[in-house]
Order: sequence, then structure tokens, then C-alpha cells
Amino acid sequence: MNILKFITAGSVDDGKSTLIGRLLYDSKAVSHDILHTLERQSRNKPDGELDLSLLTDGLRAEREQGITIDVAYKYFNTPRRKFIIADAPGHVQYTRNMVTGASNADLAIILIDARHGVVEQTHRHSLIASLMGIPHLVVAVNKMDLVGYDEQTFYRIAADYQKLAQKLDLQEVLFVPISAYVGDNVVERSQNMTWYEGPTLLAHLETVELSHDLPEDEARFQVQYVIRPRTDDLHDYRGYAGTIRSGFFKKGDRVRVLPGGIETTLKAIEVHQQEVEEAYAPQPVVLHLEDDIDISRGDSIVRLEDAQPAVSQDLDLEICWMSERPLQVGDRYLLRHNAATVKAIVKEIRHRTDVHTFVQQPAEGLALNDIAQVRLRTAQPLVFDAYKKNRATGGLILINENTFDTVAAGMLH
Amino acid sequence: MSKRFDYLDNLEAQAIHVLREVAGQFERPALLFSGGKDSITLVRLAEKAFRPGKFPFPLVHIDTGHNFPEVLEFRDRLANQLGEKLIIRKVEDTIQRQGLQDGTGKYPTRNALQANTLLETIEEFEFDACIGGARRDEEKARAKERIFSIRDEFGAWDPKRQRPELWDIYNGAIRKGENVRVFPISNWTELDVWNYIRREQIELPNIYFSHSRDCVVTPGGQLLAITEHIRLDPEDEITVRDVRFRTVGDATCTAAVESLATTVDDIIQDILTTKISERGATRLDDRLSEAAMEDRKKNGYF
Repeated sequence: MNILKFITAGSVDDGKSTLIGRLLYDSKAVSHDILHTLERQSRNKPDGELDLSLLTDGLRAEREQGITIDVAYKYFNTPRRKFIIADAPGHVQYTRNMVTGASNADLAIILIDARHGVVEQTHRHSLIASLMGIPHLVVAVNKMDLVGYDEQTFYRIAADYQKLAQKLDLQEVLFVPISAYVGDNVVERSQNMTWYEGPTLLAHLETVELSHDLPEDEARFQVQYVIRPRTDDLHDYRGYAGTIRSGFFKKGDRVRVLPGGIETTLKAIEVHQQEVEEAYAPQPVVLHLEDDIDISRGDSIVRLEDAQPAVSQDLDLEICWMSERPLQVGDRYLLRHNAATVKAIVKEIRHRTDVHTFVQQPAEGLALNDIAQVRLRTAQPLVFDAYKKNRATGGLILINENTFDTVAAGMLH
Repeated sequence: MSKRFDYLDNLEAQAIHVLREVAGQFERPALLFSGGKDSITLVRLAEKAFRPGKFPFPLVHIDTGHNFPEVLEFRDRLANQLGEKLIIRKVEDTIQRQGLQDGTGKYPTRNALQANTLLETIEEFEFDACIGGARRDEEKARAKERIFSIRDEFGAWDPKRQRPELWDIYNGAIRKGENVRVFPISNWTELDVWNYIRREQIELPNIYFSHSRDCVVTPGGQLLAITEHIRLDPEDEITVRDVRFRTVGDATCTAAVESLATTVDDIIQDILTTKISERGATRLDDRLSEAAMEDRKKNGYF
């Protein structure tokens, strides 16, 4: 059994919460007492139907306003997989939450209301899915019950979406006609749409191949913490604790420590205090090096025989701006790239991307939810790969130096 | 090569990554340890993250004074075996010092009062991060919380001001007076924890397993252990049952469930067939309102 993390995205009334409620409900992940609470809450609704969206709208403000204001995480299992759902709000001002949920997702479900087809928000959500490099995309055309389960409507929407997908270079897209409200093609195959021959949504989620962490990826490791017991029997013990970000390391590998550039040999690899011959991403390990080198938190270790990462103080990247305070050229931020933290200054805003038309325009500053290409200069060099090649070493965040809020997600070129 | 890596390995890897981030980012972290299965799991994860070194944080227990004695014994023994520092602070003392109203009524819970003692303890030791075993599957408000959750100087959680949490990059930078609650097993479910306990052969306090106990039946039909902390009235129905506990918090608000499960395997079978959620089965305090947990969190609770 393995884990599939996925995100759901849609406009305000596309029925995202109902879809998640349906997945949890039909896969029997909802316990009796929670169902009971649900029935009690649903009684206050005008139509008295079981409101499956109440399963995810956790906060009082959400229940009162009937909206989702933050990413909610939900879990369910089938015999084949454990699923982690990040329920990202469709509300315009909370786009940053979709970026947050998308950063860890293996798959995105983009919901389209069959009555309305591809809308502005669909463009935005698809752009984010593309920007965040989510490997698999499903377009769920929802509320098919409200268009008489019409085959032509479904194919027209799918064709419209294909045009959009081409512009964004989205490779693999699966279209599924569903009704989350009725339950068609979510877990149970629909009797109302026998013309659809593809998998149900859950069947696809259970079988989609997870292709990340391939062994042919370049070996990358970053030090999170140095273990130095300094006890009598472990006087000389010095282990570099961290997570293998990608690829694999073998005992005896020639490695380079970056950004310093010193070469040495991997003397030992420990996993939970056991020495092992080799270790793979995303294993947490403790590495030991042959030579006594000054290494600290944030330094990277890479294999000499692999393609080398970029080491630079000048960074070109796409960012999603997440703060109410605008970003301007000349602003200074803290930049965190996994365990490395450096100061950074904004040198240039190359262009802003219109999230609805994808047109690139010049921009003076960036506002909340803007997506743009910028150039930064850092105080010390950063060790990284292009995000499109390696999600584990190509992403970073910017932090406001005064409030310490996270203000941007960055995807390095 | 992730095929060699099963889902428990993935959950474990994420938790160890988070624990090491805490060690790397904070000066005075602490691990909140209750003697319950989730915090015992955290201890095992900390061993994997930091051995052969010492933990870069003490264990801290906020003692409600309503704990089960078996759990306290277990707590002391485990801390001793680990050779790690254990700090204990009592809700009783906070009540005295701050002149607070103790829990009242038939089942006088100190669950909410724990927040006061926790905040005092954070202040006393100037903890900048507190690691806890809360999981998102426990409750709807928890489902919305970050792994690094920033609290203001009153310990308050503001769901609308949460920092976006991207990839596995955690932002623990804080201003003076603020602190961070860190939840390394956020993405685990109750079943995941039990599967991990089975795989790792982790020892637990014996009240997690079936035993015979004097209980009182609450009006809601729940079974509450008879302890010195609850008031018994003549009309109370007292009964001896084979029970186990699914959570081991404050004995006045942690109900027992009827069960014959004597091993971890039995418990996993129990969970697979049971249809009541963990908090629903055992927590009297969440029944107060739909937003009970949300409100407690805003007041500094975990």
C-alpha cells in the first residue's frame, strides 16, 4: 500500500466539498457519530437533504457563510491506497491556499460545473496546477444530473478544456463526468451515463501510477541537523542528519559538499542507527563523511557522478505572491530553501502572468495572488535544481523580515 | 525506488523530517508528553531522528491531576529508560496560583484548564516550540491546522492568519512572545498510529488493553472509570465491564469503550470494524458544541 496525495479545486459552487464528502461517505470512511452530527446539522438546511459538504467545512465561520476558508486535510483508505486530500478553497481571495495544497499533491482534481463549462476560475486553477508541477490531472465535470446526463455537454467541455491544457503544456488529463450530489461515477459507476466507458473517479485514484522518486534522479541531500553526542564512547561521532531529497546514495560514493565545493567520500549511511549500503529518497538518514569538513545546516551533499545542481546567487523564478503587502523591486526578504535560509533582494519583476488569459505583462509591483517571473539576488549562493526537473530541490519560500509571515512560493528556473 | 517504501515508511519519514526541522530552527523546543499512544509514538520517532545523540528537547508533561495512575507510572519509566529530561507541571498549582475555578459538576474536567498551565510552562522555560501528537483526523478544526502552527503570546490560534505551508519547507520564524506548536504526525490516522505501534513493537500503558473496571454509565451512554475525581450519586448505574481506553487524557472526560482486545492486533481489528470515531467515542468535552475544539484552540489549547 502507498499514499496518494491529491487536491481538489473548483469555483465557489462547483461542489468540491460535496465531492469530498461523497468520496468519504461512499468509501465508508465516515463513522456513525460523525454521520449523526451531519444529519443533525443538515436538518437546519432548507431542503433537508444530507449535506455532505458539512464533512469538510470545519470552522464555524465556514459553516455560517457556507464557504471554505482554508485548506482542510482529510484522510481515507481503500484496500489499495491511503489517500490524503487537501481541500483547497475556490474563493478568489484564497488562491494562495490552493498553491499550498498543490505543492505536495501528486494529483489534482479540477471541478467544472456542467451547466457553466470552463470559466475564469478554471483557468486560474489549471495555471496553478501547471505551475506547481502536479504530475496528474483529472477534470471532473460535475452536476451532470443537472444537464440531463447529456453526453454532448460533457464532450464539449472536454474539448474546451483541451485547448486550455495545450496552452499550459499540461500533458496527461483524464475527463470524468460525475454527479457528486447523486453519486454518479465517484465511487459507484453511474447507471445514468452508460455512454461513459472510462474509470470512476475513485478507480482512477486507486490505480494512477506514482512516478516520483525515480532512482535515476540525481542524488541530492541537505543537512538539517548535525548529530554530535560528545559522550566518552562516541567522542568523535559526527553525523549529518537529513532527508534524501532525490535519487539514492551508496556507501563509498564520491560526493561533493555544496556550496563550498569540497569533494570527499561517503564513509557510512545510517538509517535509524543501522548502517546500510544504500538509501533512497525520501528516506531520513544520517550520513558520515571520510574527511573532517566544516558542514552545517543547509549545506547540500550531491554525488559526483550525477549531473550537478546549480550553485548561484542570481535566481530566476516564478513566484506566487501570497501577501496583502505588495512586492516591489528593491524589497528584501528571507529566502528559505528547505533547510537553507539566506537573505534575498528583489532585482527585477520580469513579467506578471494574467491568470485568466495567461498573457504576460510588465508589472511595477505584485499584489496578493499574483503570479510572476522575478529575479532575486541572494547574500550567499543557493544550491538547487530547476523546479520542473526536481520538485524536491527547486521550490522555495520568501519570508517577510518583520512579520516572519510566509509571503511567496517560488519555483526556480 | 519508493516501492520498497511502504506508507508507514512515508509517514515516518515526514515526521522525522519535521522533528529535525524543529531541532534546526528553534533554540528551546519541548516535546509535550502525556503518556498517551500518540506522544509515545512521537518519542519513538525522536529516537529515530536524533540517536545516538540526546533529544534536543526535554519531555514536558502537563499533569491535570486527573490522570490514570498506570499512565503516570509508564511516563516515569519511559523517561527513565530514555535517559531524557522530564519536566512536570501541575494544573493544580496553576489553579492555586491564578485563583482559577476548578472544574465543577459531576464530571469536573480540567481539560480546558490545561491550556493555562501549558502557557505558564511555556513562559517559565521560554519554550519557542512545543511538539505535540495531535492528528488532523481527530477533529474538524484540527483538520485545518498547519504542521507548524504559530500561536500568539496568549497561545491563541488564528485560523485566518495561518501561514501557507509549502512542500516540506517549514517556516518557524517567530517574534518575541510568540511560539509554535508543531504536529509531526498531523497526517496520521488513528489506524496508522496503531499499525505503526504494531510494526515497531512499541510498549504502551496497559489501560489501552482490555481489563475489568468499575464504571459509571453517563446519561449519554458512555462508560466513565470510577475515580476519586468524579461525583457518584445514588441513582448512578455502576457496573463492572471489560473495557479499554482509546485515549488517555483527563480521567473525568475520557470514556472507556467496551472491548475484549488484549493485543495490538486485536485493537487494530476493533478499529477496522468499529463505526465510531476516536473522539466521538471517548471525549465528553467535544460534545459541548460543534465548535468546542475550535474555541479551545483559540484559547491556547493544543
